[in-house]
Amino acid sequence: MAKILSYEEKDTWIHRLSGVTKLIFFLLWCVVSMMTYDTRILVLMVAFSLIVFKISKTKWKQVGSVFKVVMVFLVFNVVAIFLFSPEQGASIYGTRTVLFHIAGPYDMTAEQLFYELNVVIKYFTIIPTVFMFLVTTNPSEFAASMNKVGISYNVGYAISIALRYIPDVQGEFTKIKHAQEARGIEMSGKASMLNRIKSTSSIIFPLIFSSMDRIDTVSNAMELRGFGKHKKRTWYMAKKLQRNDYLTIAFTVIFAIVALVFTFADGSRFYNPFL
Amino acid sequence: MKSKFGIKEVVAIGIGTALFVALTEIQIPTPIPNTYLQPRMAIMAFLAAVFGPLVGGLVGLLGHALGDAMFYGSVWWSWVVPEAVVGVVVGLCAAKYAVKEGGFSNTKTIVLFNVMQVIANAAAWILVAPVLDIVIYAEPANKVFVQGIFAFLGNIIIIGILGTLLCVGYSKIGAKSSSLSKED
Repeated sequence: MAKILSYEEKDTWIHRLSGVTKLIFFLLWCVVSMMTYDTRILVLMVAFSLIVFKISKTKWKQVGSVFKVVMVFLVFNVVAIFLFSPEQGASIYGTRTVLFHIAGPYDMTAEQLFYELNVVIKYFTIIPTVFMFLVTTNPSEFAASMNKVGISYNVGYAISIALRYIPDVQGEFTKIKHAQEARGIEMSGKASMLNRIKSTSSIIFPLIFSSMDRIDTVSNAMELRGFGKHKKRTWYMAKKLQRNDYLTIAFTVIFAIVALVFTFADGSRFYNPFL
Repeated sequence: MKSKFGIKEVVAIGIGTALFVALTEIQIPTPIPNTYLQPRMAIMAFLAAVFGPLVGGLVGLLGHALGDAMFYGSVWWSWVVPEAVVGVVVGLCAAKYAVKEGGFSNTKTIVLFNVMQVIANAAAWILVAPVLDIVIYAEPANKVFVQGIFAFLGNIIIIGILGTLLCVGYSKIGAKSSSLSKED
């Protein structure tokens, strides 16, 4: 199984922030990054996320392999946009500056390059914050803090169970896969599509059935301990929101509002340098 | 339609999400370039059929967001939301499938399940996902609709085959006394 992003304990002020604070920051950050196509705001956001990433003392080896996968997707998406719609930029910005001709209907225009540059920057506003969020947030603390700010502890618990069991399910998957391969089931790219579905299902069936058993076991255990009996529960890992949490949330909200107002001030979400 | 939210649902969402995330990188290539069948979709449809729309929707939503973040380092929200749509719509008829009670074995339920999943996928990938892509990300319309149609095809194939088989299989072993048959 490929290495996935996971929590690593360190002592920086970002690690000490409550999980909820980081979630609020992350969600609002996503919203702003989705809404705005204003290049100035986007560049500012990239710079800021890189600083946050730096402060969180995240090492390259924690995130490097995932980063390469993102880059493959990014390149693919940018090329696909150009192949499908080489005039998207021109139609957004209202002018058409041909830089050079490629072939057939494909002209490279300055507007298209600029539009795709914005798409790329958008990716880079999100990537560092995703990394930061996942590697600095302790899953147990996250569930506890979610409940502390008023989200039903059922939801917090579901998320906490999910994060807790991802490595287990992955391990089980690998075990079943090895067992099936030992029995001679072809899992590599050599098999045809239908055979691949067949061999994948020979792993997924045992995995699903054991997971259904696990759901029964875990929910019975929780029931025995009286989960859900009371409206409230106490948490071992709970953290109260501190001064830094409030400051971060306040900063994020103000930044989001200012960024959106600034973006839409001229009535369009695009920043147009071609006029 | 089940709407209760008990311990079992909480755990099912948790472990279902873990399954969904763990299977994110298991993708079966198809003859169409850059289109993959995602077994995780079949798992979500199966969980929706067993536990109902709420579990299906939340597994889709949380699973897709977490899986994308952990494996790909970015969250493509316009494709997270449709995932939840599939889970909810497939789960709407959970009571009729009666997977746990051993009811998912006759042709009628299998057809119903597949009709629901085709409707769900059509709504999600041909309608919701491309529209969100255009509104949120201002991507070119023809590109996102082509992507949506490929996602739609891939998902109805994998849910149609693997999802149906999972429901039938689980329904068989989960069945109560009705699973006994007279030996001749």
